Amino acid sequence: MEPSAKYLYYPGCSLKGTGIAYEESLLTTFRLLELPIKELPDWNCCGATNYMSVSETSATLLAARNLALARQTGSRDLLAPCNACYLTLRKSQELVAHYPKIAHEVEQFLEQAGLPRLDSVRVRHVLEVLYTDVGVERLRELTVRRLQGVRMASYYGCQAVRPYGEVDDPHEPTRMDQILKAVGVDVVEYNLKTKCCGGALTGTIHDVGVRLNYILLKEAMRQGAQAIVTICPLCQFNLDAYQAEIRKQTGEPIDMPIFYLTQIVGWALGGDVRELGLHRAISGKKLIEQWFTVKKEAETYV
Amino acid sequence: MERQIRYQREADLEWAHRFTQHPGCERLLSCIQCGTCSGTCPLSIYMDITPRQVIAMVREGFRDDVLKSKTIWLCASCYACSVECPQKINITDVMYRLKREAIQNNVFPKRFPIPVLAQEFCEMVRRRGRNSEFWMVFRMALRSNPAILLSMMRTGWDLWRTGRLSMRMERIQRVNELQYIPAATKEVD
Repeated sequence: MEPSAKYLYYPGCSLKGTGIAYEESLLTTFRLLELPIKELPDWNCCGATNYMSVSETSATLLAARNLALARQTGSRDLLAPCNACYLTLRKSQELVAHYPKIAHEVEQFLEQAGLPRLDSVRVRHVLEVLYTDVGVERLRELTVRRLQGVRMASYYGCQAVRPYGEVDDPHEPTRMDQILKAVGVDVVEYNLKTKCCGGALTGTIHDVGVRLNYILLKEAMRQGAQAIVTICPLCQFNLDAYQAEIRKQTGEPIDMPIFYLTQIVGWALGGDVRELGLHRAISGKKLIEQWFTVKKEAETYV
Repeated sequence: MERQIRYQREADLEWAHRFTQHPGCERLLSCIQCGTCSGTCPLSIYMDITPRQVIAMVREGFRDDVLKSKTIWLCASCYACSVECPQKINITDVMYRLKREAIQNNVFPKRFPIPVLAQEFCEMVRRRGRNSEFWMVFRMALRSNPAILLSMMRTGWDLWRTGRLSMRMERIQRVNELQYIPAATKEVD
């Protein structure tokens, strides 16, 4: 096997589908930062919130297979960019660590499946890697172009910062704000930064899900934000995909681009618009064109 | 008219005790009924009983009322209540436990899409190792309320034209390894 990459990438189902722009911008950003990254071979779905709603043991076994596969590759850092994957993988580690019965079931399953026992794989989130391993100062130094005068709200979503993680402070996270400021974005105050977007509710109890996202968008607008930056494929999808419906329902002129943090950082580092998946936005297309393509000739290199 | 008052003989008094044996539910009995969970919950305004009431009812053994509630299915597992709870009760895990018990006892609200989604999701993932977003949503809609497919057409089109809608049936290579995971619907945990 080739020398193992520092970061093992666990895409999860969303980053291969609705969240494809997250994968594109993540890989581009890591390339620009010269961070070696490789996809976890034959990864399976983390189980998300659904599996946990049906069986705790099976949900833990499902997550454990990924952790065992990660161990097989020799890399220690398993990068889960999706908040739900991140939380689920972390939670399963916690369950294994604290409940001998679950640990025993996991051990048995891995043995039957011919997989190695769990070891110290670190499940990590993109935000935390950018903040801790790269650092705000280094990102500032590497920035080659800035979105002058563009105001954005940073939205962390729920599961990344909550009980099982070390992504950021669960009450008042600021790491994304710091990174965005370093790469030249004006960040507005946003008190709903960890308020849940409803996850799959937009697909199940549709009106409730859409309402939650309306509140998030409306508050960002009230704070003067022109765009929202996210770190989760489900948050991005929910905020991006239903704006036309919200406009129709409320009559409010909401048309706001919803970015991934890696799109903004990747662009600041000199990444290409298409490589960063910026063309995949549903809402706020006019602003995206204005910010990312028209200005191309006026790039300023610091 | 439906009677609002419940009698003790209708309650399952052992339930709360059994409940605290499950991972994450150990601290249930230490609830001080402060209501912080209901206050932080972004969905409590849509719930038939609030999270604070859920805890109180579990403690008093009103099993059927809790398992049949829409509340447990509206919980989006955002963990806001668990982080804020001054008694460090993992309310999200309590909700998960209730969802599982409702599914195992088949008492969830009929044609309510969320438990259907959860079951479809598990079936697909256990058989193929991955979730194919498009097909999963499609199957959920067919089983619960096909009319929601209509409301999804616009979103589907938007995703299609931006290259974000994959219709591929995803599958892992070593799907045989998954046979050792018990079928979620049959398992009692």
